Amino acid sequence: MESQEADKNPVVQRLRQWDAEAVSEVIEFRGETTVVVPRAHLSRAAAYLASEPFLYFAFLSDITTVDRFPIEPRFEVNYHLLSIARSDRLRLKVRLPGNDPTLPSVTSVWPTANWHERENYDLFGIRFEGHPDLRRILMPDDWEGYPLRKDYPVEGPR
Amino acid sequence: MVLNMGPQHPSTHGVLRVILELNGEIVVKAEPIIGYLHTGIEKSCEAKTYSQVITLTDRIDYLAPLSNNLGYCLAVEKLLGLEAPKRAQYIRVLLTELTRIASHLVWVGTHAIDLGAMSVFLYTFREREEIMKIFEYVSGQRMMTSYFRVGGLALEPPPGFLDKVRRVMDALPGHIDEYEDLLTNNPIWLGRTKGVGIISGDDAIAMGCSGPMLRGSGVAYDVRKAFPYSSYQDFNFDVQTQTAGDCFARYQVRVAEIRESIKIVRQAMEKVAKMDGPIRTEAPGIIPPSREEMKTSIEGLIYHFKIYTEGFAPPPGEVYQVIESPRGELGFFVASDGSAKPYRVKVRAPSFVNLQSLPKLAVGRLIADVVACIGTTDIVLGEVDR
Repeated sequence: MESQEADKNPVVQRLRQWDAEAVSEVIEFRGETTVVVPRAHLSRAAAYLASEPFLYFAFLSDITTVDRFPIEPRFEVNYHLLSIARSDRLRLKVRLPGNDPTLPSVTSVWPTANWHERENYDLFGIRFEGHPDLRRILMPDDWEGYPLRKDYPVEGPR
Repeated sequence: MVLNMGPQHPSTHGVLRVILELNGEIVVKAEPIIGYLHTGIEKSCEAKTYSQVITLTDRIDYLAPLSNNLGYCLAVEKLLGLEAPKRAQYIRVLLTELTRIASHLVWVGTHAIDLGAMSVFLYTFREREEIMKIFEYVSGQRMMTSYFRVGGLALEPPPGFLDKVRRVMDALPGHIDEYEDLLTNNPIWLGRTKGVGIISGDDAIAMGCSGPMLRGSGVAYDVRKAFPYSSYQDFNFDVQTQTAGDCFARYQVRVAEIRESIKIVRQAMEKVAKMDGPIRTEAPGIIPPSREEMKTSIEGLIYHFKIYTEGFAPPPGEVYQVIESPRGELGFFVASDGSAKPYRVKVRAPSFVNLQSLPKLAVGRLIADVVACIGTTDIVLGEVDR
């Protein structure tokens, strides 16, 4: 849902001016802004958001996935950004199809993404291309399946 | 030489394993291995109603259960578009600040043990016990309180609650002086912490460090100031920072934060004492009615029954609520699909992220310094592994 308020958000305006194609949708909910970014534009958008002096989202707070199974595109990967200098937050969202859950890694922009991406790989099976060390982090190395996917039973595999 | 430190090692405060590559006594590479305490809390949340999840949040960070309660409740309240009444908000502030004090006391004590100063531990746990007694008095539980509920508090605090808090707060500043007498100018303590485990402010931001880890490196970022929640804007306090970025700086920040928290608790006590009012907001069908109403009105009984059997259903949407836990930026991402169970709950655990920078702190130092580095990141393995 695109509201008029979202368009007034200076961060969204900046992003649109920079590259209109990098913003496919803007969601406003409970005072939080979510910018949906196409997968192909994620790396560029991340680098721009982190370095542009006006935006300066230098702190990546969290990366987390939501599995919308059986709806396609199945996965939503959320990046929670924080600008300490401007006291502002922004959520980037990338939608991924269930048969090809791959994303470029953002570890080169935010080194902290390393463990976050490993966690998402471990629990959701999202593959981050260009990640320096993509291994399971919470589950044992020989674990099969991705526990936080919706088609994975709560009580565990048989 | 490659050495396994942990998973059973007294100074890792739980089950953390660090693979150390050594050149003599010098650490060449350090790699934390985690997951030994993974209990799938986030998956369990998806099978519970919104209120049931509160009991799980206690168990994430077992040294600061009330902070977790608060973060989760605020997230669900944001999802619902509700706010707790002012009096409940102030009591929440009071209790979470007590939690911060208790957590930092545990930290000072255990960290001192790690570095060879046994007696501090005995003192800090004596004071922590007094705070635990307050929690027990208020909620019936020392640790797994589940005292904060969506929309307010579980119960009216019992009479005499504020007097008990006042007694502890009056004694505490003197006790902190005692710890500082034992540590701050102690040459062994200085030798073990000064110049050890240095991380610069920019590196700390890049590595996503938060809380005392970040403030010890000179970045004055505190969620309570930057994004006030639960009426923190009504309180006067300073964000404590140090610029050295070493283990000693983080120690100084934590001790100073205990003193700041005492200030906040005192202000909260004043505010709560002067106030009268409900401890839970009113929202029929979402927030349980008072005991009185449940027993005397038919609507009250129906709502009570429905809320405790079916739960309540927030509108579809996603929120990310961040609070300042004793360890740093604690975030709760809650996604709703419009049903009575959360579709997804993600905990942004500060110790998980802080631990990631351990190799940065430890490489190039002695093995003994790794203990100091692990100590000052203040990890709680329950939170790291969730």
